[in-house]
Amino acid sequence: MSDTTKPAPATRSEGFSLLKLLLEGRAFFALIVIVAVFSYLSPNYFTTSNFLIMASQVAIFGLLAIGMLLVILNGGIDLSVGSILALSGVIGGALMQGVEIDALGVILYPPVWAVVVITLVVGALVGAVNGVLVAYLKVPAFVATLGVMYVARGVALLMTNGLTYNRLAGSPDLGNTGFKWLGSERIAGVPISVLVLAFCAIVAWLVLSRTAFGRWLYASGGNERAAELSGVPVKFVKVTVYTLSGMLSAVAGLVLSSQLTSAGPTAGTTYELTAIAAVVIGGAALTGGRGTVLGTMLGAFVIGFLSAGLVITGVSSYWQTVFTGGVIVLAVLMNSIQTGKGGRKA
Amino acid sequence: MSTETAKFDTAEVVLAARNVAKSYGAVHALKGVNFDIHRGQVTTLFGENGAGKSTLMKILSGVIQPSSGEIILDGQPVHFQNSTHARDLGISIIHQELSLAPNLSVRDNIFMGREIKGPLGVDFAEEERQARKLMQDLEQDIDPLTPVEDLRLGQQQIVEIARALSVDSRILIMDEPTSALSATEVEVLFKVINDLTTKGVSIVYISHHLEEALLITDHAVVLRDGAMTAWAPRADIDLNWIVRNMVGENYNLGAPPDGYEFGQTALAVKNMVVPDPGGNAYNVVDNLSLEVKAGEVVCIYGLMGAGRSELMETLAGRLHAASGRIELKGEEISHLSIAQRIARGLALVPEDRQRDGLVQTMSVGQNLSLASITAFTRGLFTSRRAEKALIADSIKRVTVKTSGPDAAIGSLSGGNQQKVVIGKMMATNPQVILLDEPSRGIDIGAKAEVFRLLAEGAKRGLAVVYTTSEVSECLSIAHRIIVMHKGRITAEFGADATKEMIMAASGEQHAA
Repeated sequence: MSDTTKPAPATRSEGFSLLKLLLEGRAFFALIVIVAVFSYLSPNYFTTSNFLIMASQVAIFGLLAIGMLLVILNGGIDLSVGSILALSGVIGGALMQGVEIDALGVILYPPVWAVVVITLVVGALVGAVNGVLVAYLKVPAFVATLGVMYVARGVALLMTNGLTYNRLAGSPDLGNTGFKWLGSERIAGVPISVLVLAFCAIVAWLVLSRTAFGRWLYASGGNERAAELSGVPVKFVKVTVYTLSGMLSAVAGLVLSSQLTSAGPTAGTTYELTAIAAVVIGGAALTGGRGTVLGTMLGAFVIGFLSAGLVITGVSSYWQTVFTGGVIVLAVLMNSIQTGKGGRKA
Repeated sequence: MSTETAKFDTAEVVLAARNVAKSYGAVHALKGVNFDIHRGQVTTLFGENGAGKSTLMKILSGVIQPSSGEIILDGQPVHFQNSTHARDLGISIIHQELSLAPNLSVRDNIFMGREIKGPLGVDFAEEERQARKLMQDLEQDIDPLTPVEDLRLGQQQIVEIARALSVDSRILIMDEPTSALSATEVEVLFKVINDLTTKGVSIVYISHHLEEALLITDHAVVLRDGAMTAWAPRADIDLNWIVRNMVGENYNLGAPPDGYEFGQTALAVKNMVVPDPGGNAYNVVDNLSLEVKAGEVVCIYGLMGAGRSELMETLAGRLHAASGRIELKGEEISHLSIAQRIARGLALVPEDRQRDGLVQTMSVGQNLSLASITAFTRGLFTSRRAEKALIADSIKRVTVKTSGPDAAIGSLSGGNQQKVVIGKMMATNPQVILLDEPSRGIDIGAKAEVFRLLAEGAKRGLAVVYTTSEVSECLSIAHRIIVMHKGRITAEFGADATKEMIMAASGEQHAA
């Protein structure tokens, strides 16, 4: 009989084991190194104001990365997040300009809360299209979201004729002020965008670690056939993760256009790749089933703090691109070394 | 086709394994095996699923490396780097699983990786000529330019055999070469084997069809649980000898549980028809009806392709029937989803536990609780305490040997992994449990434990339906044995059936 078992490595389940810390620590240590190096190189780096500025920049990528994490945990990929971000921003912008209703001869100026809700719904719907394409029509995720990426970008360009909406501040006469709040206000010194990111991250963490849906997601990403036979509604899970990813892209789109007080159809180009990079640096497996919110957040901060640091120290933006690429490959390299050591763990 | 044995005793050993062991993590697939292959003779390796036959053959053909022990070729120790190295030394293998590229033609598959080079690249004309010759030798009417995916499974196996023959090897290993062949194809294969041995080629043969293997073998070697249990020349053995050594003297999978009355009908299948999921124009389950009572253990016996797995998957909800009814305790369930069927008390333990049973990225505990998440969800959130209790209960109930609920699922042995899959479905408190080949690839001790578990469940009123392709497993805990052949029930026996009766009803004597 061959029933003896060796002491198994602890998995990333509940509880704070040392191993888990070390596992996720990789991105954490990288972050510490980045902060230390740039603080040494530039006196302006290690300041509260700089950290808050950097954090509000990270918020955009962080929101996209949370959605991307959900999709990647499911074993998929979502290339459309950058385009959905732009489309949502443009839709928000258009609503802020006022909706003209010809039949009545009036221009409606929806209040900001309605603009936000409509934009989120549109983002979620576009995400749901991704989900239905992948789950029910069996289009490979890469292809489906690639197509939606082009379509969403194209629609955003069509809506604006390629131009940018600039008057997003609203006016007190029309009762639609407040759009800037999301991007430029602070609560206790912390930018709202960072609080939005923190809120979304905590909700995502709770969902992944403490709800049935989270368990379904990890299971169907790890082995969809086994999950299905265990009664997991795998198609529902799939549609839901793409929908959530679309909705989070819309949140990011609102935050970005609020930060800039303008909304352009070319915003967020290649952001999907940055989001994927954040998830990968955070230790998630592109094959699905492995990854955490904490890791992904660290990944997003590694990328954000690295590029901000390179800007502050005056490194050319071309070199920034090279460094970011190097970090991504290094992170994945460490992933494969780690799984290689762990033996045949599928 | 049996040959006299006198001259063989002196035949020299061309390839030998000495104390060869192989472990995968905690799983010891081989535990120090000695194995001789004699020049120009057929050596047959007998053993149950998971006995280590395929592992040994993979080692002898360089596909995998042994953890310890040595291989001796022509009296010299040799270390195969890979299967190409072994092939260059004259050893080739026909794998149990087909290793053909379905999109390529027969010709391209036969010469894959060692294409015949001409002045203008690959000499396709010469390849085609040789492929045609091979097909003639094997008495097959297969055009070498046909894509392999257009061939029947049996014909694909012929191509696999042709590829091994095309190498002119000195030692040819055949791992279950006849599993998909028809009776006439098997006859041709045996003729080819005879030709080869007279030319001095040594053959290692593995088959589940014991009688068939006895027709051509010169030596028999029996493996059990990764160790060699017996060795003898053909003249000294018979079918009983093989079975006795394969399963062990005091091998006991239990008896049908008794001392209680069956309850109401738990599961009823009425005139169920399931079309081939691959889209072919035949039915994998053909107008099948079946009733199982609470507390009853039913065994479905059938060969590969008999439709057992498709029947199970349709009952569980993965496949859909074209017509017919499935009733669980009188309620029609064929329109329900897998999850709804589980919730109503119907659970399936699938055949391929790696592909369909386990989530490799999750821990032992998370795998055990996967099918009953709602049972420990309180409002929005899962309750860690309730989940822990459920997992601890499952581990105890199905006696999983693990270092703890957080252990990686891959750290368990095959038998314990299977118990996790069973435990996962048992945790849903089913009234009917379906098990597709529950004993596949697990050792005998674990097998006995699995059957004991099922018998205990039956005593508590669980209706148990399991499939198997090993007759010995039918004659264990089953109250009733149903034989399936080509999607239909061909016979039904009580617990007092004999092996011969069951095998006759399954169409096995035709090697179909």
